[in-house]
Amino acid sequence: MIVADRKPVEEIIEHLKDHKNILVLGCNECVTVCEAGGKKEVQVLASALRMNAQTQGNEVKIDEVTLERQCDQEYVEEIRDIIDQYDAVVSLACGVGVQFTAEQYPSTMIYPGVNTCFMGATEKRGLWTERCQGCGQCILATTGSICPVARCAKRLFNGPCGGSTAGKCEINAEVECAWQLIVDRMKALDKLDQYETLCPIKDWSTDRAGGPRKVVREDVQQ
Amino acid sequence: MSLNTASKLEKILSEGHYAVTSECGPPRGSKPEPILEKAELIKDHVDAINITDNQTSMTRLCSLAACIRLKLNGLEPVLQMVTRDRNRIALQSDILGAASFDISNILCLSGDHQSFGDNPKGQNVHDLDSMQLIQMVRMMRDEAKFLGGDDLDRPVKMFVGAAANPFADPFEIRVPRLAKKIAAGVEFIQTQCIYNLDKFEAWMQGVRDRGLHEKCYILAGLTPMKSVGMAKYMQKRVPGMDVPDEVIKRLQGVEKGKQAAEGIKMCVESIERLKECEGIKGFHIMAIEWEQKVPEIVESAGLYPRPSVN
Repeated sequence: MIVADRKPVEEIIEHLKDHKNILVLGCNECVTVCEAGGKKEVQVLASALRMNAQTQGNEVKIDEVTLERQCDQEYVEEIRDIIDQYDAVVSLACGVGVQFTAEQYPSTMIYPGVNTCFMGATEKRGLWTERCQGCGQCILATTGSICPVARCAKRLFNGPCGGSTAGKCEINAEVECAWQLIVDRMKALDKLDQYETLCPIKDWSTDRAGGPRKVVREDVQQ
Repeated sequence: MSLNTASKLEKILSEGHYAVTSECGPPRGSKPEPILEKAELIKDHVDAINITDNQTSMTRLCSLAACIRLKLNGLEPVLQMVTRDRNRIALQSDILGAASFDISNILCLSGDHQSFGDNPKGQNVHDLDSMQLIQMVRMMRDEAKFLGGDDLDRPVKMFVGAAANPFADPFEIRVPRLAKKIAAGVEFIQTQCIYNLDKFEAWMQGVRDRGLHEKCYILAGLTPMKSVGMAKYMQKRVPGMDVPDEVIKRLQGVEKGKQAAEGIKMCVESIERLKECEGIKGFHIMAIEWEQKVPEIVESAGLYPRPSVN
C-alpha cells in the first residue's frame, strides 16, 4: 500500500487560514490502513480545526466526508453535489488522491493533509516500512525477493557496501542492511552462488528518471 | 598481467615490486596550494597518490581538479570517483576529462552515504554502483566506447581499481564480492584500513583459495593511529571498521605524548607482518591529515627507496 504520515496540524491551519468553508476529505484505502487519512483521522483533524477556529474567534464551517477511494473517478464524483459549498478541501488521501480530486474540481482549492511517504507494508500497528519504489522493472527474481532499490540506502545492485555492520546499514543502526537480508535469504534458498552474477547496469527510463509514467492496457480499455 | 595503460602504479606492480600508495584529501575551499603541499610531503615515498572524492560526504574541492594539479606537477594521481554524486553522463564526462590529462589510475567507489556529510538533506544519485562503474571504465578503455555504444575518439587508458573491506558484514560474502569485482574488470584493490590482522589474513586465505590474488593486485590499507581517542572513534563511529580492543589497550599502555609514535610503530609492524601474507602486492597508507608521517612509515617498513620505472 501507499504509506502516508500525518502533517503537523499547524501546517494545515496555516494553509487554511483564509478559508471559511472547509471540507476534510478522507480516503478509505491505504491511508486508512496506515492511520493517516481514514474516517478516524478525518474526525480528529476536523475537531482540531474547529477548536482552533473557536480559539481564534473565527466562524468557520468544517465538514467531514470519507470516500471509498480518491484515486478513482466514480468515488471522487460522490462529492460533486456538495463541492460548491466549500472554498477549500483538505484531502487526507495520498498525493495521488489529492491530485486526482483536484483534477475533478478545478475551481476548488485542494490542500494535502498528509505527507505521502512510500509503498510499504504494516509490520505491526504503528510501524510501516518501505518495500518498493516502483522503478518499473522488477528485479526481485534475482535478489531473493528483497529489493535493493527500495531498501539499500545507496540502491546498490551489487552490494553490500563496506559499511554493512552486524546486519545494519551504515546510515543508522536501526536500519537493516538490505544486502545482509538478501545474502541470508539466498543462503536459505541454497542460491548463494547466484550472488556472483553481476547485475547489469539499470535502465532507469522506466523509473522517475524517464518522466511521468503510465501503464496502457488497450485490452481492458472500454 | 600485461600492461594496459601508462600507469606507473601498474608498471611497478607488474614488475613485481611492492607498490606504495597514499592518499590526500582536497581542501574544503578553493585554495590551490594545500593539495600540492600535502603531495610534496609524500611524493618521494609513494608511487601514486589517491585523491579522495568528497570523502565522508563532506563537500570539498573536486578530486578531478586536484588530480589534474598533481599530474601537471609530474606526480601520479589515482582519481577516486564515487557513484553517489554523479550519474552515468557526469561519470563518463569526468573520466574523459581525466583521460585528457593522461591521468592513468581510477578507483571506483560507491561512496559514503550523504547523511555523514555537510549536506545530509541532499539527494544521492547511485545511477551505477561501484561494480558497474568498473565495467564502464573498462568498456571506455578496452572497447573505446561510450556506455551508450558510440565510439570514443581516444580510449580511456586507465588502470582500474576498487576498494575491498574484509571487515564489513556479512563476512562470508567478502571473498565472493572480490571475485565479483574482478569479474567486473577490476585490476587493483586498495583495502579498508587493517587493524584486525587475524581477520584480514583469514580473508586473504579465502582469496588465495580461489586464486583471486593472481587475478588482481591487492594493496593492504593502513592508517596509523594518532591517539587512543582516534582508535576509540574508529572502533565505535566509523562504519565497517574493525579496531580490536588490543589496539586500544596497546595505545593506552603508553603515555599520551608517545601514543602517536606507538601508532606509527604499530602501522610499521602491520606492514612487516603483511609482507608475509601471500597475495599482498603493496600497501596503501592513508595517514589522515598526517601526511608528513608517511615517509617515516615507508622507510621504517623497508619500502624505501621506491623503484624507478620508466
